[in-house]
Amino acid sequence: MLLKKSAVLSVLVMVALLFVFSFSALAQEGEVEIFSWWTGGGEEEGLNALIELFNEQYPDVEVINATVAGGAGSNAKAVLKTRMVGGNPPDSFQVHGGAELVDTYVETGMMEPITGLLEEWGVKDKFNQQILEMSSYEGEYYSIPVNVHRSNIMFYNNQVLSENNVEPPTDLASFKEALAKLDEAGVVPLALGDTNKWPAGQIFETLLVATLGPDGYNGLWDGSTAPDDPAVREALVHFKDIMQYVNEDHSALTWQDATQLVNEGEAGFNIMGDWAEGYLKTLGWTPGEEFGWTPVPGSEGTFIVVTDTFGLPKGAPHPENAKKWLKIISSKAGQDTFNPIKGSIPARLDADKSKYDPYLTSAMEDFASDTLAPSIVHGSAAPEGFITAMNDTINSFITTGDVDQAFKSFQQNYEEYVQ
Amino acid sequence: MKRKHKESLTSLAILSPSIITLAVFVYGFISRSVQISLLDWDTFSSFMRKAKDYVGLENYAGLFREARFQTDLWNTLYFTLFFILGCLAIGILLSLILNNKPKGGYFFQNLYLFPMAISFVVTGTVWRWIFAPGRLPDNPRGINLLFEQLGLDVFQWGWFTSTGNFLGFNIALVAVIIAAVWQYSGYTMAMWLAGLRGIDQQLIEAARIDGASKWQVFTKILFPIQKPITLSAIIVLAHVSLKAFALIYAMTGSGPNNVTDIPAVYMFEATFRSNRYSTGSAIAIVLLMMVGLLIIPYLVNSFKEE
Repeated sequence: MLLKKSAVLSVLVMVALLFVFSFSALAQEGEVEIFSWWTGGGEEEGLNALIELFNEQYPDVEVINATVAGGAGSNAKAVLKTRMVGGNPPDSFQVHGGAELVDTYVETGMMEPITGLLEEWGVKDKFNQQILEMSSYEGEYYSIPVNVHRSNIMFYNNQVLSENNVEPPTDLASFKEALAKLDEAGVVPLALGDTNKWPAGQIFETLLVATLGPDGYNGLWDGSTAPDDPAVREALVHFKDIMQYVNEDHSALTWQDATQLVNEGEAGFNIMGDWAEGYLKTLGWTPGEEFGWTPVPGSEGTFIVVTDTFGLPKGAPHPENAKKWLKIISSKAGQDTFNPIKGSIPARLDADKSKYDPYLTSAMEDFASDTLAPSIVHGSAAPEGFITAMNDTINSFITTGDVDQAFKSFQQNYEEYVQ
Repeated sequence: MKRKHKESLTSLAILSPSIITLAVFVYGFISRSVQISLLDWDTFSSFMRKAKDYVGLENYAGLFREARFQTDLWNTLYFTLFFILGCLAIGILLSLILNNKPKGGYFFQNLYLFPMAISFVVTGTVWRWIFAPGRLPDNPRGINLLFEQLGLDVFQWGWFTSTGNFLGFNIALVAVIIAAVWQYSGYTMAMWLAGLRGIDQQLIEAARIDGASKWQVFTKILFPIQKPITLSAIIVLAHVSLKAFALIYAMTGSGPNNVTDIPAVYMFEATFRSNRYSTGSAIAIVLLMMVGLLIIPYLVNSFKEE
């Protein structure tokens, strides 16, 4: 009996202590919760460097680093949605700029506009204006882009190309010739790893830019280009041609596996977002020496953008601290702290180029001069429903090779999800 | 009388937490899913607005028209069929061998049961490495590499990347079925072995004296006696196969042209990747009905027996 009493007592004491601790946690005002999926190599270190910078400037605010692992935020996005819908938003969260932010959270009235803040801090005109436009809705801006990746870029193994007398292609025709030449030589011409579907969808979106041109492509999302435009069909035909030259086990590989094929000298080309450049560097390569790069043939002059942005959700528990976070990441120091480590380029145009490697410097030049286009598969161009539907269409198309069927379902997907 | 009343009250009080949680988290959520599947919540904004615009069975009709979902149903049919057959055949065979108490029987008994202890995610990841085909003929990987080393090149093929199809059966599923059978045949073995150990040896000896062959003993005596056990095993295996999400997701994903896709994977993608909450709910309800189709006759049967 005695034992029981003491057990009950100790449980009661523990519960009481827990309450005290949780209330003291609640009472702490000096916090800011930052939600992201930056847990991988490079990005995690970049985020930590940003947090350090934040702590230097605001030592009395504690950053709660809320990350959810999973490639391209696949898991984090589901967690975030649950939290937003449940009325429990973080103070600020990572989201791809464009449709992923606007369609999901801005149109539904869950975000605070931040146009005023950008003007107050005097940074609005420091950014590439086209990228700010992507995250705007009815004349207000809703998020601050931290970094920029490019999706229409192609990497190649210099040695494999020179051994087979292949020049880096400049247009789609010379690209196909180069692929055929490598094929004959017995190497994998184009490395692809589409077990997660989107890498194939990403190749298709770069070909859409190539056939429609940047304005035609951007017109798809504002309604000025029709989905039954013959150029869409043309992109499918090019896609089918190019798919003859991919490794046959592409559906068993991830994008990293495919990039590795180039690294191991088994494949010539790899079309992948420029995070692959960071991956090649971790595999021990130096940009410009072992590997080269070129925009996906036919899409030169267009920069397909994948951008991570942060905004201010309505009902954030510490909005003032969240604004401090936004101020840090929109500053030149913030952008130049994060991006060289993450392996991406800043969204501001006044960054310090000396901090970036040769590839990133060339990307920064293109970013300043090219027409920007939002990426479909990375969420910036179209609603999430369209992305999965298009990836499914392309996934089946690789097997069936039925151009008309794929063209038809592209239009159906468009009518169902975009219009 | 009073005491009985009190007893039933106590039992009700003890049961109530589980009754309430069942009512809320199982039946409440099922009815909510049914409701969502009848609504038009296929975008995030309609979901957020909580608009009550019922579209009837339109989501279901759309689903059954989709090529991907049709493939999913075929895949489920064949996967369930071969998975159950494989588990039964191998499991029963193992139990018959172990029932003769061979040397080291305990060791193997445990060995065969071990795969059940690991999760489908682990199984999927490992078998993904094994069945990743590599590039044939020059750069095989995994099991294809093994075949090459053994000079068995004829057995090399694309495994789960293969897009071949035979009477609606996507042959890429073979790889997945092997992995699933590997994990669950130990379960059938354990069930059967427990049953076999309970059978009176005199029965079998008598049959043998009467001149029955081993095969006849199996088909005429053992199998009929073990029928209830086999049936329970089938029910459990069938619902495992409908829930093979983790295995497929970790091992192959939905595959080229959805050759290894199942409704559960599509349900996840539709709901959490494309914000098509109504379509996702409709798939969930179709899955539920498929499980019901298997389990309800079994429940009715066992009630009758009682």
